[in-house]
Amino acid sequence: MTTASVPAEPAASGRDAHPILDLTGRRVAIGIITLLVVSAVVFVATQVLPGNAAFAVVGRGANPARLHATERQLHLDRGLLDQYWIWLSGLFTGKLGTSLANGQPVWALVKPRLINSAVLVLVTGAIGAIVGVVLGAVAALRKDSWFDHITSVTALAITSLPEFVVAIALIILLSTVVLHVLPAVSLLPPGTYAWSQPELLILPVATLVIVIVPYIFRMMRAAMIEALESDYVEMARLKGVPEWRLVLFHAVPNAMAPTIQVIGLNFLYLAGGVVVIEFVFNFPGIGQGLVFAVENRDIPVIQFIVVVLAAFYVFMNIVTDVIALLVTPRRRIAR
Amino acid sequence: MRTPRGATGLALAALVVLIAIVGPLLAAKPPDALLTIPYAKPSGQFPLGSDFLGRDVLSRVLNGGWALLIMAAVATAFGIAVGAAAGISAAYLRGRPDSFIMRTVDVILAFPQLVFALLLLSLLGPKLWLIVLAVGLTHAPAVGRVIRSATLDISERDYVKVVELQGMRPVKVMTKEILPNLISPLMVEAGLRLTYSIVIIAGLAFLGFGQAPPAANWGLMINENRSGLPLNPWAVIVPAALIALLTIGTNTFTDAIARVTIGVERRPEEAALLDELTPRQSQ
Repeated sequence: MTTASVPAEPAASGRDAHPILDLTGRRVAIGIITLLVVSAVVFVATQVLPGNAAFAVVGRGANPARLHATERQLHLDRGLLDQYWIWLSGLFTGKLGTSLANGQPVWALVKPRLINSAVLVLVTGAIGAIVGVVLGAVAALRKDSWFDHITSVTALAITSLPEFVVAIALIILLSTVVLHVLPAVSLLPPGTYAWSQPELLILPVATLVIVIVPYIFRMMRAAMIEALESDYVEMARLKGVPEWRLVLFHAVPNAMAPTIQVIGLNFLYLAGGVVVIEFVFNFPGIGQGLVFAVENRDIPVIQFIVVVLAAFYVFMNIVTDVIALLVTPRRRIAR
Repeated sequence: MRTPRGATGLALAALVVLIAIVGPLLAAKPPDALLTIPYAKPSGQFPLGSDFLGRDVLSRVLNGGWALLIMAAVATAFGIAVGAAAGISAAYLRGRPDSFIMRTVDVILAFPQLVFALLLLSLLGPKLWLIVLAVGLTHAPAVGRVIRSATLDISERDYVKVVELQGMRPVKVMTKEILPNLISPLMVEAGLRLTYSIVIIAGLAFLGFGQAPPAANWGLMINENRSGLPLNPWAVIVPAALIALLTIGTNTFTDAIARVTIGVERRPEEAALLDELTPRQSQ
């Protein structure tokens, strides 16, 4: 545990010289396999399980001719492996077929939504991380003060709340009943970009920030308390290191390691959290697109959005693990 | 309970459960009847005003909770049962069953919970049993991981070794010797998952995937009546507040249980992150 300052392992053989690369490689490989299985599961489930996808699409008014045309459109007249291959290669070439709801190409339909959601997630993640880390560090430094108690209890309460309840509370406070300072729903038509009216981002971002900050806050506070009570901080204090240096250069960097992992996990959470929030605020993102697609049984759109979200999920899991490894020297060497 | 916070949580949750269960008996008016103008303000006759169709909000609130509670409880029980069975088997049987179970877990964990539920619902339509099944299934992997690591520890203990040497069958070892020792982690998991079940099922109802209109349902009520917020906010505020009190109650109570039984200052998932570095799911 105390060998953190040893730069390179002289004893390590060439093969083990890059444990991080090694681990990253393994994680990426497992991630790719997981994604392949995920894509197969999504495909088989949506294409095969409910009897016949074409029937689900055409619905009760199905006549044989329409059913047949839809089957051809969905490549249902081919073998299952063929169908899967056509779809899987389509994921990489952008040939994803057309939406069953309105006949538009899936990629053209989803791309602007994807970008809007990415903006929402990135802005939220960045603000949430900063607010959570700062609040957590301050609460840890003033452990058992009124600030600590209030923030801790509030954080626990907020972690219990469904996102849409937070969203509704903000709408009531800021845009309808109490104050009228912000638009309650965005009137952006699908296919336009969020930054054309930035004020429409405020409420969705604020909601998601409120939802993720408590997790980051709690982790930072716990890790920071642990670091402040550790032997190395005590040692540094006895050596006469000034308190501000102790906090900024000894406690915070060590507390950041588990916190970064929680920040990563919250990006994961956002992949699912945007679904409800985009629906509440009528924000033209991928989550709202998924809800609409599920309502209309728009299978090509569902397949694509679910796989994109799963890919983001798996990718963020890997990134989180690798970053956690990079910022924790003792784990790096212990491997 | 031994901690004041836990007692507060229990009281909050119990209050909402009571409203949801006794509510249908107390409702003075039929929840589906159109009785007055839409979004009427609260009055003596309609204490919480009326909703977007002119129905009595109070009666709908009193009728709108029981389905959520039953669905969340069943989904949680299902998720805990499947997760515990998978986790114990994976840890105790090791080898092939272990890797098969854990790879399946990885695949399910590659979906956000809500997205997985939506995917299942898109196949067969928003049937209530399917919602329960889907939400329960999304809990199983996370429960499975926690129970697996707890079982790995227990299956090395002497009392397990003794009955193994006496020739007890693996199924019996798992149910008679290992399962009873997993009660505390299972209780904490059950509380956590119950909170998540309520959040997800209420969220799905809010999105329109739940009981179909004209059913009275808190999640659905919030969505139906939110365009009338400036006219009669109570049609939204009351169901939203009840859902919030319920989840805050169950979560606070679970937090207290975790502190007492496991004796950690932090939630299990946070404690685990601090201690060890493995891929993990926060929710």
